[in-house]
Amino acid sequence: MATMTTASTEVDLPNGPVAAALVAGGIGCAAIGLFTVLAEASAGIKTALTWNAAVGALTGKSLMGVILFFVAWIGLHFMYRGKNVNFTRASTLAFVLLGLGLVMTFPPFFDLFAAG
Amino acid sequence: MEVTLREGWAVIHGMLFGAAFLLAFGGGVAGLYSLRPQWVTAAGIMERMRRLKIGLWAMAGIAWATVITGTFIVYPWYRAKPPEGTVDLSAFPRYLLLANPNTAEWHKFGMEWKEHVGWLAPIAATVVAFAVSYYGPSLAKKVGERRALMVFFVVSFFAATVAGLFGAFITKVAPIR
Repeated sequence: MATMTTASTEVDLPNGPVAAALVAGGIGCAAIGLFTVLAEASAGIKTALTWNAAVGALTGKSLMGVILFFVAWIGLHFMYRGKNVNFTRASTLAFVLLGLGLVMTFPPFFDLFAAG
Repeated sequence: MEVTLREGWAVIHGMLFGAAFLLAFGGGVAGLYSLRPQWVTAAGIMERMRRLKIGLWAMAGIAWATVITGTFIVYPWYRAKPPEGTVDLSAFPRYLLLANPNTAEWHKFGMEWKEHVGWLAPIAATVVAFAVSYYGPSLAKKVGERRALMVFFVVSFFAATVAGLFGAFITKVAPIR
């Protein structure tokens, strides 16, 4: 007779590390959006973000977002490691940041800030 | 029949990495969605968890490979500036598109959106892969966490879809040669 087993040895892992990853992901995405808007608004920032002439300002915009994502992740991970946090609040913050990233990378939005 | 080096990289970026990510999404979303204790036995969850972890990390890796090859290998060929007085712009896709009012929006809207939003895909996919690996089978009992991961996963797919669709259209109008 087939039996259904339950995983009785399961450990209830703290949600801190996952909340940290979600918020860090939101920060990375929002940062890409923010640098996209800033590069559009200021020629000086655009030049500062041009880390590679062939690629243009996309180098700085994308890599700043990626760097901030990993830095935030490491920082938040160590802050919330082994802890339980208010997951609803953390995920809501992550969604807002993710949404900001989507909006700020949408051309009709960042074109509103175009210099000149 | 000939494929140039530039066309080869464009194929690797879009049709190998990009398409693989989009195709894998269906499997990933089905695995995440069906990860519920009332639908699957404990043994079933264990069995699909291993597949889900491997699949999601592979998707995250592919998403990173897609944006890195796209931004740092293919994109410089797309935006290369033609020498002064160049009449035939076919080797300079960005300038070819902008030279004609009927095609300029492919760059101003399509490429501008694609090149930025595409970077959201690997970040969101990496978060999902980490969270699924961290929780393992116990994720099946965490409704809120599973929903949050689904949002990130869908956003990752949306970003990749925008990038992929515009990449395909722009390549058709102004291919990299």
